[in-house]
Amino acid sequence: MTQQRAVEHPRVDEPASEVLPGAGSGAPIVLRGASKVYGHAGEAVPALDRVSLDVRSGEFVCLLGASGCGKSTLLNLVAGLDRPTAGSVEVDGRTTLMFQEAALFPWLTVQGNVELALKLQRVPKAKRRERVRELLQVVHLEGFERKLPHELSGGMRQRVQLARALAQGADILLMDEPFGALDAMTRDLLHDEIERLWREQGLTILFVTHNVREAVRLGDRVVLLSSRPGRVVAEFPVVIPRPRRIESHPVADLAALITNELREEVRRHGDD
Amino acid sequence: MATTENGDGARTDLLDRELSGLDHLDTALQSASSRAARIWAAAWPKLLAVALALTFWQLVVWSGWKPEYVLPGPRAVWDSFVENFSTNMDAAWTTLQRGFKGFAFALVIGTIVGALVARNRLLRSAIGSLITGLQTMPSVAWFPLAILLFKLDEGAIFFVVVLGAAPSIANGLISGIDQIQPILLRAGTVLGARRWKLFRHVILPAALPAFVSGLKQGWAFAWRSLLAGELIVNIGGKFSLGQQLDANRQLGDSAGLIAVMIVILIIGILVDALLFGMAERKIRRRYGLVDTAAA
Repeated sequence: MTQQRAVEHPRVDEPASEVLPGAGSGAPIVLRGASKVYGHAGEAVPALDRVSLDVRSGEFVCLLGASGCGKSTLLNLVAGLDRPTAGSVEVDGRTTLMFQEAALFPWLTVQGNVELALKLQRVPKAKRRERVRELLQVVHLEGFERKLPHELSGGMRQRVQLARALAQGADILLMDEPFGALDAMTRDLLHDEIERLWREQGLTILFVTHNVREAVRLGDRVVLLSSRPGRVVAEFPVVIPRPRRIESHPVADLAALITNELREEVRRHGDD
Repeated sequence: MATTENGDGARTDLLDRELSGLDHLDTALQSASSRAARIWAAAWPKLLAVALALTFWQLVVWSGWKPEYVLPGPRAVWDSFVENFSTNMDAAWTTLQRGFKGFAFALVIGTIVGALVARNRLLRSAIGSLITGLQTMPSVAWFPLAILLFKLDEGAIFFVVVLGAAPSIANGLISGIDQIQPILLRAGTVLGARRWKLFRHVILPAALPAFVSGLKQGWAFAWRSLLAGELIVNIGGKFSLGQQLDANRQLGDSAGLIAVMIVILIIGILVDALLFGMAERKIRRRYGLVDTAAA
């Protein structure tokens, strides 16, 4: 049960405004007291409250939280689609965002979807076809170039999304519950797949999920967010050696522990 | 866990095979039916319906409800159709040309106005409901003004055809853009598409199904306005379908009149089915809006 020791690491109970231990200054994602408030004075809704987080280069960080923890807001801030109302968000590198649902363009084939990403990156036409072939090979979809999204299974669609994300040449991959809508077997296989891609391509991944086991299965670190507003309440380094299996005891044990924390967090909202 | 003991390579290889196994199980099998069989399956109910309609018509004529010179049977109408074939085709060609010209112009206007209104909040609150209002206004109501503006000439017909079709086309585009799933716009933005590129690569194609429905409705309005126009604005020395209707009525030639009506009906069906119906079906299939289990 050596893995269990991981959870004895110091919990970060208060949102820290200073540099967290272990975070290098060259971290590709650095959030310092980042807050986001929607709406105006009278009816302002805080979505994120003073979130500080460092993601190291090549790290796989899972963000875990119940509904209303501002997960999507956080990803939007990192992706540069939105600005914080207070604090700072610094991103060093190219980011891309992958979604949960069908975010492929239904009128384009698999080939067309990946190619559009290249086209918008101004990749010359002559090079696109070859690059698409390579990318589809990476996600094991060679031979499906001419299929339309609705002809594919959910797992295949998510892999096309992955290829499209990789087509942008990003080194920071932001994932918004990307496997939430998949059946268990497909999800397990895609866990293996994303882990392989992360390793092979040297990606930095910020992965949002509400599935505790998934977070423990994939992450180097699991960051627990509170709800309404979103705030970092705890961090759990995951020192279980890879390759991991979602049904293994170490994963299940750590997941059980984190689940308790998560439930406590949810219960707090039941009181008021 | 035997796989991990075999090392990384074997594990990746196994993952490959598992993934491709699932992929093949997940992709739907396609049933192949021959082209002829599909055409026949689509055609026979229509042919049956036509046969039933002709029978009913003949029965009404035989009942003696109206004298035959007022309500002729299918046979007499057919004879008149054959006899006046070249005149009718001449007239149909003029009418179709007018229709396509007006429709093409309405397409440009409707698309520009629709795109602007859909993407601009101020414009929408200013003229959004006006477009719907124009759509519900009977096109015949425009003719008195059109005649004052353009005299009894091509211009008057053109004006009313454009006014008939453009609001539907604009509204089709607006509702198409309104119905775009926000996730597709987000995905486009993430991929780096902004403004014109977002419009060209995401908004326009995403709105296409509703836009084509708008075009179809626009054509229906244009066709109606056109025939009304040709009845009212009679331009001397030119055969057109509307003018033929009026001429046959004045001559009291019921068979000729009904033959022209049938030509109008057939053109309407052909344009609707061949042009818009096929485009609509193709788009629905491509966008995955058809239930493949039922098709």
